[in-house]
Amino acid sequence: MKRVVITGMGTINALGHTVAETMTSLAEGRCGIGELDFQDVDRLSIRIGGQVHGFEAEGRFNRQQMSLYDRFTQFTLTAAKEAIQQSGLEFHGELSQKSGVVLGTAGGGVSTWDDNYRSVYEAGKNRVHPFVVPKLMNNAAASHVSMEHNLKGPSFTVSTACASSNHAMAQAFQMVRSGMSPVMVTGGSESMLCFGGVKAWEGLRVMSRDACRPFSANRNGMVQGEGAGIFVFEEYEHARARGADIICEVIGFAMSSDAADIVMPSKQGAARAIAGALQDARLNPEDVAYINAHGTGTAANDKTECAAVADVFGPHADNLMMSSTKSMHGHLIGGTGAVELLACIMALRDGIVAPTIGYEEPDPECALDVVPNTAREAKVDVALSNAFAFGGLNAVLALRKV
Amino acid sequence: MSTQDKVIAIIAEQAVLEPSDVALDSTLEDLGIDSLGLVESIFAIEEEFDITIPFNANEPEKSEFDISNVAAIIAGIEKLIAEK
Repeated sequence: MKRVVITGMGTINALGHTVAETMTSLAEGRCGIGELDFQDVDRLSIRIGGQVHGFEAEGRFNRQQMSLYDRFTQFTLTAAKEAIQQSGLEFHGELSQKSGVVLGTAGGGVSTWDDNYRSVYEAGKNRVHPFVVPKLMNNAAASHVSMEHNLKGPSFTVSTACASSNHAMAQAFQMVRSGMSPVMVTGGSESMLCFGGVKAWEGLRVMSRDACRPFSANRNGMVQGEGAGIFVFEEYEHARARGADIICEVIGFAMSSDAADIVMPSKQGAARAIAGALQDARLNPEDVAYINAHGTGTAANDKTECAAVADVFGPHADNLMMSSTKSMHGHLIGGTGAVELLACIMALRDGIVAPTIGYEEPDPECALDVVPNTAREAKVDVALSNAFAFGGLNAVLALRKV
Repeated sequence: MSTQDKVIAIIAEQAVLEPSDVALDSTLEDLGIDSLGLVESIFAIEEEFDITIPFNANEPEKSEFDISNVAAIIAGIEKLIAEK
């Protein structure tokens, strides 16, 4: 089996338009959640979210590209450019033939659906733009990254709701570890912050109207975010041979299915994914210093997640740190694991553990060190990233400092 | 603006050219408009004139609508407008 390292990272989300900006915000415990701003927001009862501001597609993309790129594709291409530039890779010849793109998204081009339904139902138009389908399809972002960067190997999109990015990155990891691909571009994106996207979530009644406060006894639900996180996963010897700057190593993963309920999480399913990732990475529980939690801020997730961590880690659960950065960037649904991986990387590389902000009251059912409100300096050699999706589909990744 | 001028403006925008560079005998190929550009132009023309153009992108050459050059496209559109 090959070793797999990360040699490039890119992002755009409510905390920043680049990795550097995002990590600064994470370290400062800054909240990117605010009042939503889009058409018909006055008809929503949930009016807050981690929206990306100051991102103008005009100027970044030409007219033809604009007609084909939904906002989730625009985010993806922006983050992919940053990641691939950092890696220093250019894809030609055999490298191009074998390298691909595996991305996660839950909704794909949600705002394209929304805009065009509005046009035919509300405005009564009988004609839509010819590119509605290629713009909204879930694989549009992966395909445009492949075209933009000449990636001709295996490329596809994974859709497992809130675990989409972790499933995608686990898949990309497997492809590099097995020797199938020397390089995979991976991560995910989401852009559901439009009237229809938020209205659908309102229906579930799990959304907070004021803030995302994971693990805090007074938490009252999740808050949506948007954006993308993209990484370059590269085979270790390939990276070393070209003198690449290695950011960290991906050392294992596990996936599990609760096979129980379409929305309620299961402690056993989460625990099996966490324990599985430790086993795959050949780790003892004591090796793990930080977990980036799924930590949605809902009653159901946070209790279940803490119980699963306590089960897997035993007494070591009291020594490790587990924070939810969703309190700052919101829940990016299918893109969330990708943006949250940045918090793991910041802990490993910079020794800064991002906090869980908005933490106000301890909850005896979430009695772990959730790094409340303020970032902490700590030596972290191994970090995990949890993602537990609706539908009971779980994916956990393990990373190591290099 | 005449129908001809409006159609030429739409085609020129798609081809990223000045309207003066679009000649009546230009073919879409001459203008660098590919199949995606063609369906987008047809959409823009339908929107502009509120007509439905009988064009099937699977077999453009078998469509009732002649797209062999700019003049043929304009003539087809004028006919559709007259039939409205």
